[in-house]
Amino acid sequence: MNTSPIVLLIQKIIKKGWLGKTFLALITLLAIWQIIVALQANPSLFLQQVINGLQLGFVYALIALGYTMVYGIVRLINFAHGDVFMFGAFVSFYSITRFQLHTWPQWLFPSIPHGLGLIIGAITVMAISMIACALLAIVVERIAYKPLRSAPRISALITAIGISFFLEYFAALNFVFSPNFITYKRPVEVVTWAIGLNGITTLGNGKAPPDGTILFSNIALIIILTSVLLMFGLQFIVKKTRIGKAMRSVAYDKQTARLMGINTDAIISTTFAIGAALAGAAGMLYAIAFPQIFFWMGIIPGLKSFVAAVLGGIGSIPGAFIGALIMGQAEVLSAAYISTPLRDAIAFSILIVVLLVRPTGIFGEPEREKA
Amino acid sequence: MTSPKSTAATEPLLKVQDLSKNFGGLRAVNRINLELYPGDLAGLIGPNGAGKTTAFNLVTGVYQPTEGKISFKGQEIAGIAPHLINQMGIARTFQNIRLFPSLTVLENVCIAYHSHAGYSMQDAILRNKNFEVKEKELLEKAQDFLSIFHLEDRQSEIARNLPYGEQRRLEIARALAANPQLLLLDEPAAGMNPNESLALMELIHFIRDRFKLTILLIEHQMRVVMGVCEKITVMDFGEVIAYGAPQEIQSNPRVVEAYLGRGAAELSEKLQRSKAQ
Amino acid sequence: MKNIFSKSTLWFLGSAFLIYAVLQILVSAEILNSFWNTIIRIGGVMAIVSIGLNLIYGFNGQFSLGQWGFYAIGAYAAADVTYRWQINKSADGMVVLALATLLSGFAILWLRKRLSTVRGLDPLSAFTIYLAVTIILSALAWWLGTLISPTVTNGLNLLPAAVAMQIVFVSGVVFGAVVAAEISFLFGLPILSLGSDYFGIATLGFSIIIKILLDNSDTLLGFQEMKGARGMVGIPKETSLFWVFIFLVLVVVITRNLLRSSYGRAVISVREDEIAAKAMGIDIAEYKILAFVLGSFFAGLAGGLYAHINGFLHPNTFNFIKSFDPMIIIVFGGLGSISGTVFAAFAWALILEGVLRLFLPQGFETWRFVVYPILLLITMLLRPKGIFGDYEIPFLRQVLPKIRKTSETKGTDSPLEAHP
Repeated sequence: MNTSPIVLLIQKIIKKGWLGKTFLALITLLAIWQIIVALQANPSLFLQQVINGLQLGFVYALIALGYTMVYGIVRLINFAHGDVFMFGAFVSFYSITRFQLHTWPQWLFPSIPHGLGLIIGAITVMAISMIACALLAIVVERIAYKPLRSAPRISALITAIGISFFLEYFAALNFVFSPNFITYKRPVEVVTWAIGLNGITTLGNGKAPPDGTILFSNIALIIILTSVLLMFGLQFIVKKTRIGKAMRSVAYDKQTARLMGINTDAIISTTFAIGAALAGAAGMLYAIAFPQIFFWMGIIPGLKSFVAAVLGGIGSIPGAFIGALIMGQAEVLSAAYISTPLRDAIAFSILIVVLLVRPTGIFGEPEREKA
Repeated sequence: MTSPKSTAATEPLLKVQDLSKNFGGLRAVNRINLELYPGDLAGLIGPNGAGKTTAFNLVTGVYQPTEGKISFKGQEIAGIAPHLINQMGIARTFQNIRLFPSLTVLENVCIAYHSHAGYSMQDAILRNKNFEVKEKELLEKAQDFLSIFHLEDRQSEIARNLPYGEQRRLEIARALAANPQLLLLDEPAAGMNPNESLALMELIHFIRDRFKLTILLIEHQMRVVMGVCEKITVMDFGEVIAYGAPQEIQSNPRVVEAYLGRGAAELSEKLQRSKAQ
Repeated sequence: MKNIFSKSTLWFLGSAFLIYAVLQILVSAEILNSFWNTIIRIGGVMAIVSIGLNLIYGFNGQFSLGQWGFYAIGAYAAADVTYRWQINKSADGMVVLALATLLSGFAILWLRKRLSTVRGLDPLSAFTIYLAVTIILSALAWWLGTLISPTVTNGLNLLPAAVAMQIVFVSGVVFGAVVAAEISFLFGLPILSLGSDYFGIATLGFSIIIKILLDNSDTLLGFQEMKGARGMVGIPKETSLFWVFIFLVLVVVITRNLLRSSYGRAVISVREDEIAAKAMGIDIAEYKILAFVLGSFFAGLAGGLYAHINGFLHPNTFNFIKSFDPMIIIVFGGLGSISGTVFAAFAWALILEGVLRLFLPQGFETWRFVVYPILLLITMLLRPKGIFGDYEIPFLRQVLPKIRKTSETKGTDSPLEAHP
């Protein structure tokens, strides 16, 4: 055998897969380089983008949790989840504009401080849309998914797609939510703060922010705070309560869980409901941030959140969270610094690259072949 | 029944040297050595979790070994893709039967014969003469294998619908269709009643002689192992603890200890000593 | 002497021709107006895409949502070729496409032979090599193609205009499909090693990326005539009933011939049990790629045909929501049943595009997509394995030989006599 150093080197390159790794590394470096250049050119703009991405990422995280929980427990990609999110946005819209539900504390207790009343009212509206979404999810689960539990997995998936179509086009009917864009009325006023080296100033309406400052609004604050609170709540439910324990056991092995006396059907319904409630909250938060709602609004955020869940390792709750934050940043940063029309393409390319490096996502457990 | 006895002069068909496999921090197989000569009918036994199936998976390429060498017919095969190892002449069955469940019995066997199909994909798409002839040959060959295993009447049945014993036999038939020199059987008698295992023992002898095979089998039913194997390797905690003929193994204290615990081993030693006196 | 055509083959070809002849007569006599004519052609096109997907998912078990992306590639590639011929009076599109696909196709085949002997080459590295080679060869084809295209144009102009158009059309459709196949090879190489759901998501990502690229085809890709998100117009309407039937029959026959051979059984074994298939000497990576590339080729073919039905292409046609249509069709028809797929494709086109459009009462047009998912749900609940299940018409079935008793078992040397 010829073992000249060149042959050895080539053998090593092949064995270690360096060609492919170099290729991936080059692409990644190129993207990072773009971002670094942007950071140096205008650090405050960059920080601004990161904050925008964070805001988006937290909304995605709430939706992604529903995907990841449902997948973890029944191995179903619940394509209708994005439409539950849309439903949540519409429920909150009707609660606010039609029924003025966010003002009930002021009606009931006129002496209540304005701010506190608004907060309580907004929380009520959010609770209503969460409950409505949870109910919707339970109904869908009972009608469409439960009868198919022993059928091939693909039948359930096609059913999920069917449900998604149905929810979208039913919502688009004139007497339901109508096929038009609807302007969303926020329950709270937007307050924007300009944060600069000289301290924080509150921006008035229509005023240009001072140079070199970062804008931060109460909307971002609300989104981040609510998401974090809900996520801690979910973590608590999953880790500390009996229901959570049952959910984990059903996710691990449905048959055995049933033998241990767990009502798996009830647990699966609960999982759908919790996921949907989070999506309902996300729907309201998304509508507050981007105040325009329409019957298709669930598709793209739903899809991106789903990608986020996969990115993080589907089935894993912290994975969904991290994945969503990455997706949020990827979307905002690539729109700002690489190419606006391509921002979704870049987000999906990131997904593909991550899957190539870690085939089951960042936090996913590797699938082990058993013979 | 005697086989063409292996002598020191012939080369080993399969030679495993210092083979190890780690799963994370767990060492499933630890520096095992194994030699099989052409015509051997050997057994690999050991308590649950001893690393027997892992050893099989290493030899057939399902797992990549952490260290060690595996040579088959003098060629190094560690780290080669499983399908290439199969094409070199090692076929196997699985502990929990792995048929192609929704295909017919005949198709199951045909798939294993694929690497000897003898026609190209272009032939298949054009349906030319070569395809017609070779495909007919292939199907007949597959039927031959089925009839050896008394499955010829079942050829158009869906594999998943066969009764358990027939599924086991079909799996062996399928492995043989790949035309191996070395056949690895992973617990072939699992779940069989005494009658069925008896028939299986005869079957194993039969195919060894009929196809001039070398067979290595993992088995838990001692009756089968002792009845069929000429040499036995015992594993425990990923290591080979004993090697020899069935009678030697039966009386080996380390083996008894591995299976039944230390107390039993001492007891059996005492028994043996008292017998000798 | 055995007849070349068995009875079932004659039946199949005969009835296919008969159906075509009847439909063609009905269309020519204008009993079927252009609306129904379009629906039938759409049904045929959907049948071709769905057979491709059934090959990938139904037979090979790889859950792919990328079929629509390859459909889009085939559509736009073929449309560009005929557009350049029709509007620019130049064969440059055809020549460049043909050269690029042939050059990189042969290079891929040649490299594949060489690289398969290299032990331990990971898919990603192989992908990098193939990608580099394909890009270099495509650039070469571009240069070479623009050089010789005037000659080819003049040559084609010597023919009658209609004949030249047909030549350009068919080669556009075929080479467009080859482009789709080659891209699917490059993409599938690293991706096919992923687990089934992850593969599905990666392919979904692929079709979304393709859709976004098409949205920006005039600015980012530099094909002015595709007009990005405004939609491509002016594609000659060349897809006749005849071509749809020819391609459909070809696709069905190729699929059947492949599947009912040892290679097809190898493809199916991957779906059944990857580990067992590997242990039986099946190179599963090879057969995954085979099914994926062939399935994408069919998707590209269908795309090319689709582009020339309405003469209009819009990126929204290739939206990811629509990408579920072939998946719905194959599950509807029965996974792993070619006859079911063809049936379901035509049924889908008739119901969704025809019946629901025409027969919903006035004022209820928007209910079309409300009724459709309800129909879908009912079918899924009643027949979770699809309408046909795994039934096949005789022509498409695996022919099993007669049961034979060989001399071997008649003897007493088989030990299984003892076994009841």
